Amino acid sequence: MLELRSLTAGYDRRDPVVREVSLTVGPGESVGLLGPSGCGKSTLARVAALLHRPDRGEVVIDGEPARGWRHRAPRAQRTAFGVVFQQPRLSADPRLTLTQLIAEPLRATGRGAEAPDRVRDLARTVGLGEDLLTRRPHEVSDGQLQRACLARALVLRPRWLICDEMTAMLDASTTAALVTAVEDYRADSGAGLLAVGHDKVLLERWCDRTVHWDELTRA
Amino acid sequence: MADTRSPQAEVSKADAAAQVTWRSATGRAAAGTRRASRSTRAWRVWSSAAIVAAVVLAVLIVPPLVDLDEQAVHLADKLLPPSLEHPFGTDDVGRDLLLRCVYGLRVSLLVGVVAAVVATVIGTAVGALAAASGGWVDRVVMRLVDVFSSVPHLLLGIFIVAMFRPGVWPVVISVALTHWLSTARIVRAEVLSLRSRPYIDAAISGGASRWRVTVRHLLPGVLPQAGLAAVLMVPHAIWHESALSFLGLGLPTHQASLGTLVQGARSSLLAGDWWPTLFPGLFIIVPTLAIAGLAGAWRDRINPRRRSELML
Repeated sequence: MLELRSLTAGYDRRDPVVREVSLTVGPGESVGLLGPSGCGKSTLARVAALLHRPDRGEVVIDGEPARGWRHRAPRAQRTAFGVVFQQPRLSADPRLTLTQLIAEPLRATGRGAEAPDRVRDLARTVGLGEDLLTRRPHEVSDGQLQRACLARALVLRPRWLICDEMTAMLDASTTAALVTAVEDYRADSGAGLLAVGHDKVLLERWCDRTVHWDELTRA
Repeated sequence: MADTRSPQAEVSKADAAAQVTWRSATGRAAAGTRRASRSTRAWRVWSSAAIVAAVVLAVLIVPPLVDLDEQAVHLADKLLPPSLEHPFGTDDVGRDLLLRCVYGLRVSLLVGVVAAVVATVIGTAVGALAAASGGWVDRVVMRLVDVFSSVPHLLLGIFIVAMFRPGVWPVVISVALTHWLSTARIVRAEVLSLRSRPYIDAAISGGASRWRVTVRHLLPGVLPQAGLAAVLMVPHAIWHESALSFLGLGLPTHQASLGTLVQGARSSLLAGDWWPTLFPGLFIIVPTLAIAGLAGAWRDRINPRRRSELML
């Protein structure tokens, strides 16, 4: 159970973007969060992934309140989330090859030995060819890079996936491939999903239930 | 209507062109490179590279291979004008000036390179610490940097060398300790901008520690800038060494450095003997311009936008 309890968050204390928002994602449930651009749904996703400290409110992960944000969050809590961002170009370190990119969380948590096998498996799962894995981000397309970013999010086998407009910049076939990869992983691991986006049709087909931003703020 | 307006448009275009030409004519490589043709730029880079290569070879090869004593005094040969035997002439106690210039350049380059490297390491460490910590650490550290930069750095350098016995290392320390400030600012700004990228968020979510984020993602991102700042610092550090030695605060006067050579030549210049001043002076100007030229080409290559910031 991932519970976001009356969160108020933003980048200026006097003018928060997110006001008193509560949202619950059940175990293994997929929730789609719909909203117009600029309404604060990405901020909410960042708070949920413990990447942004809210002004008020709390995040409860499987009954345990979050004990910090960003680096202050215990590693076990941070790595419980796999996060995929909207722009693959900005969310990949330009100096790393795709193999290094996908393996980075394993190395950062001292499990580098598993990297070669996991990277090979995940590359197949998200549909990345072997030849692409030695390239750097500027040598692949947005779609291919987003596949690598999804693989990176899955490499630590997170219990929660947060997809922040994951497919907004991609074509239909890549979108379908990525959504399928996410759903396969969820069927396999029982992970919960919070998918943020503005594509009503996609989210309604993808998720168990969808919530509109207006319903959250009005409640 | 269109006919009457077009000459005016022509005039303003010509004005703009004149302005740009004027900027490039100031001789600043930064303003010039945009307008300079490809071949001019290539010529500039290659001539700079050739000069730097020649200088490095000279200071590395001449002293060990040539069995000549640059300190040897021949009072009978004092103040000889340039000739085949002494291409740069001799100074007021008959020492060969070419040999002394090469030895002097050796000392000056050593000071320049070591001081630039030390200054860059300090600056990178301080800038990265400030930006990676954020909060009050950042504020305190950067205010200290402001305090340091409010003191004229030659004055601060003089203060530092004055605490030690004259020699090479006090000069290195003095130049290094007064020149890390701009690097610290550049590195801090760069780290701050990198820190807000989503790939840092992704690394945090992937369980990376602060240390790992800094070493794996942030520092590699600023290395090109820091390296460039280091290279641009070398000529500046050479000028400082020369200035300190010229003021009699750097190296002891018997030891050849470009600054002591120019200083020692002042009396003979008044008597009309131009060569003891001219050649060490050229030895200061030409290699430093060549190094700056190479660094400028590198700077334009890696980041054409931040030119003004890196004009040290």
